[in-house]
Parts: sequence; structure tokens; C-alpha cells
Amino acid sequence: MSSIRRRTALAAASVLALAAGLTACGSDAATPAASSAPSAAGSSAAAPKATGAVTVFAAASLKETFTELGKKFEAANPGAKVTFNFGGSSALAQSINSGAPADVFAAASPATMKTVTDAKGADSSKVFVRNTLAIAVPKGNPKHITGLKDLSGVKVALCAKEVPCGSAAVTALAAGAVALTPVTLEQDVKGALTKVELGEVDASLVYKTDVKADAAKIDGVDFPEADKAVNDYPIAALTKAPNATGAAAFVAYIQSDEAKQLLTAAGFQAP
Amino acid sequence: MTAPAPRTTGAPAAPRRRRARRIPYPLLVPALIGLAFLVLPLVGLLVRAPWSSLPEQLSSPEVWQALRLSLICATSATAVSMVLGVPLAWLLARTEIPGRRVVRALVTLPLVLPPVVGGVALLLVLGRNGIVGRWLDSAFGLTLPFTTTGVVIAEAFVAMPFLVISVEGALRAADPRYEEAAATLGASRLTAFRRVTLPLIAPGIGAGAVLAWARALGEFGATITFAGNFPGRTQTMPLAVYLAMERDPEAAIALSLVLLAVSVAVLAGLRERWLSTT
Repeated sequence: MSSIRRRTALAAASVLALAAGLTACGSDAATPAASSAPSAAGSSAAAPKATGAVTVFAAASLKETFTELGKKFEAANPGAKVTFNFGGSSALAQSINSGAPADVFAAASPATMKTVTDAKGADSSKVFVRNTLAIAVPKGNPKHITGLKDLSGVKVALCAKEVPCGSAAVTALAAGAVALTPVTLEQDVKGALTKVELGEVDASLVYKTDVKADAAKIDGVDFPEADKAVNDYPIAALTKAPNATGAAAFVAYIQSDEAKQLLTAAGFQAP
Repeated sequence: MTAPAPRTTGAPAAPRRRRARRIPYPLLVPALIGLAFLVLPLVGLLVRAPWSSLPEQLSSPEVWQALRLSLICATSATAVSMVLGVPLAWLLARTEIPGRRVVRALVTLPLVLPPVVGGVALLLVLGRNGIVGRWLDSAFGLTLPFTTTGVVIAEAFVAMPFLVISVEGALRAADPRYEEAAATLGASRLTAFRRVTLPLIAPGIGAGAVLAWARALGEFGATITFAGNFPGRTQTMPLAVYLAMERDPEAAIALSLVLLAVSVAVLAGLRERWLSTT
């Protein structure tokens, strides 16, 4: 009997050991191994051009535009390589404050940016675009949603109130005096969007730019209360940036006319 | 996790040579680093804990809501795993079904599969537009994602393999001749399973259940992917910790302390049975 027990316990122990390894890597999706910049030794004074790796932490809603802008930036700055980490602004701010090696932070709300500037992660930030909410619905709008009021009877995904799109949603719903119980509170706006794309929810409150970027798979419904919940997007070069020149160059590029054009075309508004 | 000291006079244990020898450094140093690696993060949690504001942090109803949900879901997932997993383990250990090795590999797959992938897979099968979910929705008006049942399903999906493996190991270690003897005395296969096999492998089932429960309690990836995140319905403790970390790290530490306390309590409760050192 004892040998049976021992073998059982041994099997259990080995399973536990395996399990520990698995759970350890299960949940940390945030911090990418940012390849540290092979610093442009000394040459920074001569050339204002960025070289080396530039790591940009940006709000999930900037994914499409920033990816494209990153390519253009690389083309304009040979030798520079832009790496993005897109996610919920608050999660990104948290990892920056915990020491994640980032050069630039672009948040979807000033409040989130403030948590970084308050922690002396950045000296100043500049609002470069604004964004408003829209209702995302599956292609063809099967539930015939025309405004916020129609959301109370259907399955809705919202962003968690911690992230900017969530706090904007709370403001918009309050402005419209609409009370609703969402089925899920997502970590970033793309999470709320994909739930619509998969057809798991009937609607979600996302940014206008997300609707535009995903127009092939979803439809968007504009609503008047969105004007009450406009989000400013600030961008900042971080004080602990491993590649300070690259950070400054990227921040300047995002505010260039070329970048502005692309951002406006994607549905962002000028600040 | 080693077996309790042998109590019965079974096979005599091989005599152990105990010689007082120095522990070689190439073993001692990594061992100590390994120990520090495992223990230091937990110490850090205790050091950084906001002890003064802790009562206030823990008195918020959200904490208890999340803890209650976590305990209910983990226990339900363990129950589901036992009801389905023990027969499955028996099938794998005691029968010659065709393709048993393939089945065994499939059963253990969720063990090595990243939980998030499990969540995506569950969503594609049981979601509202999923292969099975669509039918559940149209026939019964039943949708599983974003419900507490969804949490239990996600947790059972990742936890059940632990139980199956554990119980199968116990079954293989158990002597089938007891069952054969029961059969010669006229017991049906089901009766032999119920009256002979189950009591024989009870410790294995217990160990497997604890593993499954612990795994279910800590489950994050499959839950957030399949069941979403809503306080009181699908927001379990790990999800609450993750979200609190974005807004209020002190709250996250407080929540983590609660989970740590639960884990320690479980280990302490089991010490007698499974964790005593030999």
C-alpha cells in the first residue's frame, strides 16, 4: 500500500512541477524583450537622425496607424528600427512605471499619461490627436442598433474602466443616461472589438478609428453622446529612454505633417 | 510532495547509507539560488504589502466577491473534473480501447497547451458562433461565454488533465488482481470499480483533485479569453489582481496576499496527507 501511495504522490509531484512551469508563463503577456539599442556612439551630436532600436509603447487604438507610421519612420531614418508594444494604456503605463525599457509612450488619455509623468517617467507630454467613440456592431447590424439606447437590451462588451476607452464609455453612457450591464470588461479596445468580430457580443463601444480600421469585418454606428467623451492622446519621450535621440525623433515625427495626414485619414481628429 | 512514511509492514525499505559528507558546492550553490528564486518574490510581496491600509483594501466588497467566485468556480471545476476525469483515467488504465495512446496524448495536451490557446479554442467551439455553441444557442438558448458556467468550463479544461494523469498513475500502481478477485467472486465490473478500485486509489484521486483545484484557482488565460471579465460573474481573483495592477498596485498586492493566504492554508491543510517529509 505504501509503495502505491508513494508512486501516486510521485506522479502528482511531477505533474505539479510541470504545472508550476506552465502557470508561470501563462499570464505575463505584457513586457516584450526589447532588444536594447546598439547606441549610436558619439554620433548623436552630428546627425539628428535616429538610429538603433526605438521602442514605442502605444495605446491599442493606435495599432494600425502607428505600425504604418513606424515603417515610414524607418524609411526616413535608415538604421532605425521601431518596435511597438500595443496594449491597454493603463497596462502600458504600469509597465513603464515598473521599469520596462521603453523610449516613447503614446497613451489614449491624459489621465493615463499623468501616471507616468507623476512617476517622473516623462517630463512633459503633447496631445497629438483626439478620438471619439462609436458603437461597433457585427456586419449588417443584425440587432438594428441606432444609438446608445438600443444597447441596454443586447450583449455588450465595454473596455474596463481602468483603460481610457472604458472611462470614455462610462462618460458617454452617463451623458446619454443609459444604464447597461455589459457582459465583459475588456483590457483594451481591441479586445472589445474582437468580441464583436467573433459575434460573441452584439455591440461594443470602441473608437471611431477602430471601426474604420476594421471596416471589412464590422460596421460602426455613430451616436451624439460621443461628443461628450472625447479622448485626447498624449505622446511623450520617456526620461529613462535607452535611446533618447530615437525617442525625440519619433515624437517629432508623429507631430509632422506627414504623420498628421495619415492619422486624420484613419479617423483621428486634430487636437 | 512525497509519500507519507510507510506505516504498514509492506516491502522492507532498502537500508539507507547515511554518511556524514560535505555537500558539494556545485550542488549547494544552485540549490540555494533556486530556493531564493522561489522564495524571494513571495517575501517581496510581504515586504511591499500596504499593511496600514490593508484592512481598508480588503474590506471592499469586490475583493470578497472575487474570492468567493474563485473558490466556487475552482471547486466546481474540480467536481466536474472528478466526475468526468476518474472514469476517463480508468478507461485509459484498465481497458484496451483502440488508439489508447493517442487518446492519452490528447488528454494530456491541455496540460502543455498555453491556457490562452485553450480559451480561444473553447470560444471557437462553445462560443455563440462556435461549432457546438451555435447549436446550444438555437436549441436551448444557452450561451456559455461570459457566464460563471463559462469560467467553470475554462477552469475544468485546464485542470482536468492534472486529475486524469494523477488518477491514471494511481490505477497503474494499484494491483489489478484485487479487481480480478472481486470479479471471480461474482462482482460486475462496475461493482468492482465502485467497491474495490475506488477505495484503492482514493489517495491518488485526492492528490489529483488538489492539483486540479490549485490549477483552477490560479487559472487566468483561458478564463479571460473564454469567459471575459465582469465583477461578480466572471472576474476571478487572478483577473482582479491583473486589472488592479493597472489601476492601483496596492490593491493588487492586497488581493495577491489573499490568494497567497489561501494557497498557504490549502498546503497547511494537506500537510498531513501529502506533504509530510519522509
